[in-house]
Amino acid sequence: MKKVIGLVAAIGLMASPLTFANTTITVSGSTSVTNVMEVLAETYSKETGIDVEVQGTGSSAGVRAAKDGTSMIGMASREVTRKEVTADTEMIVMARDGIAVTVNNSNTIKSLTKDQIAKIYRGETKNWKEVGGESKPIVVITRDTASGTRGAFEDILKLKRKINGMKVSSITPTAQVGNGNGMVKTIVANNDFAVGYISLGSVDNSLRAVAVEGVEATDANIVAGDYKIARPFVLLVKKDVAQEARDFIAYILSDAGQSIVVSQGYIPVK
Amino acid sequence: MNIGNKSIPQTAQSISTKKQDWVGMFFHFLFICSALVGVISLATIAWFLFSEGLPAFRQAGVIDLVFGNEWLPPALFGIFPMIVASLASTIGAVVIGVPIALLTAVFLAELAPQWLANIVRPAVELLAGIPSVVYGFFGLVIIVPAIEVIFNIPAGNTVLAGIIVLAIMILPTVITISETSLRALPPVYKEGALALGASHIYSIFKVLIPAAKSGILTAIALGIARALGETMAIIMVMGNAPAMPGSLLEPARTLTANIAMEMSYATGIHASALYATGIVLLVFIVILNAAILYINKKRAY
Repeated sequence: MKKVIGLVAAIGLMASPLTFANTTITVSGSTSVTNVMEVLAETYSKETGIDVEVQGTGSSAGVRAAKDGTSMIGMASREVTRKEVTADTEMIVMARDGIAVTVNNSNTIKSLTKDQIAKIYRGETKNWKEVGGESKPIVVITRDTASGTRGAFEDILKLKRKINGMKVSSITPTAQVGNGNGMVKTIVANNDFAVGYISLGSVDNSLRAVAVEGVEATDANIVAGDYKIARPFVLLVKKDVAQEARDFIAYILSDAGQSIVVSQGYIPVK
Repeated sequence: MNIGNKSIPQTAQSISTKKQDWVGMFFHFLFICSALVGVISLATIAWFLFSEGLPAFRQAGVIDLVFGNEWLPPALFGIFPMIVASLASTIGAVVIGVPIALLTAVFLAELAPQWLANIVRPAVELLAGIPSVVYGFFGLVIIVPAIEVIFNIPAGNTVLAGIIVLAIMILPTVITISETSLRALPPVYKEGALALGASHIYSIFKVLIPAAKSGILTAIALGIARALGETMAIIMVMGNAPAMPGSLLEPARTLTANIAMEMSYATGIHASALYATGIVLLVFIVILNAAILYINKKRAY
């Protein structure tokens, strides 16, 4: 797959000065944003005929690419500080991603702190009594190690540790693993003792999202920045970027673009 | 029978030798091609698995990978808990499923009245056609809560749940093949046993089952392969925790579940480690088949 992308990129680079200069929009960065960006790019290419090339290289690489100008648009799935970028770099939030911490409907827990959630997932807290609930064991449900939701959850709650110089998860290995939001949801909905995290868009009345630090998990609270287990999808561009890239960003922020954002399970900014 | 067979090519030859050659060659080629599809597929899968999985073995080391206890990509790739989980769930499924299947096969072949066999046999055959995701769902909503209640544990997504679902899943394979091999026995075996004064049950256990042993062993081997290779249902009921299960009442992740769950996102050495998991699985299947082949050969004459 990578080879194919690389090959296409190489051919694109060779061909672009000859045939259609400046008409390929290059986008690179966060792998989490890549999913929704590829759908946006495909739809945009179909409508306008302008090629958009999307590469998932990671948030930090995306910030660097925008700063150095190696890509027209950089993508990041976390807050980007002003220090990371130069003064002439613009940051545009294109969508938000919220992760809900959910429990069974029979659970009496209403709110948890970030620290309590982190301790539950590290396997240090094993009973609901310790976080203010009934005296019942906690059944921890997580996602597979390759999941983007898990990556974001671990980043926000600092559930990472280093082994051999590589960052790995510090979620307890005895936690049950569900592959996909749907399966985590089914397990939590059917198990009185379970706690699981899923994309906010997947929460329905079969289970209940707890408040984090007293703030309910709602789209409004995430947009306001009050709900803490959330992250923005940020686009970074230089002020003097090509007009094509500006048009593409305008498309992403338009109603059509934002409805794609919603269809991919994220929270629109408008 | 023999005469009939011989007469066909003779009449065909007499029509046109040249035409018959072409047709013969065509079918000969067709047969070879058909036979090669399976072999080529296997060779391609093996080549693909090894070429993709070897970097993980090289980087993590064969011992650390196969006997490592911690699965923490991208740093540690120990799949030993998954090997244990795969073996435990398969052995458990065989221990529960095979006796049930064997008794059902004997019942269908020897004992069942016609009307009852007409109910049981289609039911068994239908069981074979049910998609594994449906088995998984059945396990998730029936077996998992039942285990929670019976054993009074917080989560029923355990090795035991996997064993029960797998035991049901291997039933149709083992029943159908065992029954076929029992029916294929020459009737003189049974008649001889009965004529010597043996009871019906005695002749079943002492004459018919031993005589059909090679077919029954093949049935069990296919059942084991089915259990070892099952993925979807297992992912749904076994909890998939990559830690070493302490008992049958703890969650565990099988080799197949590990591949299926992480393959979609994994890159680099992580993806390679998943292919390495596939190599280990392939090795198990090869060992299993070799063992069955060996046992069958030993018993044949």
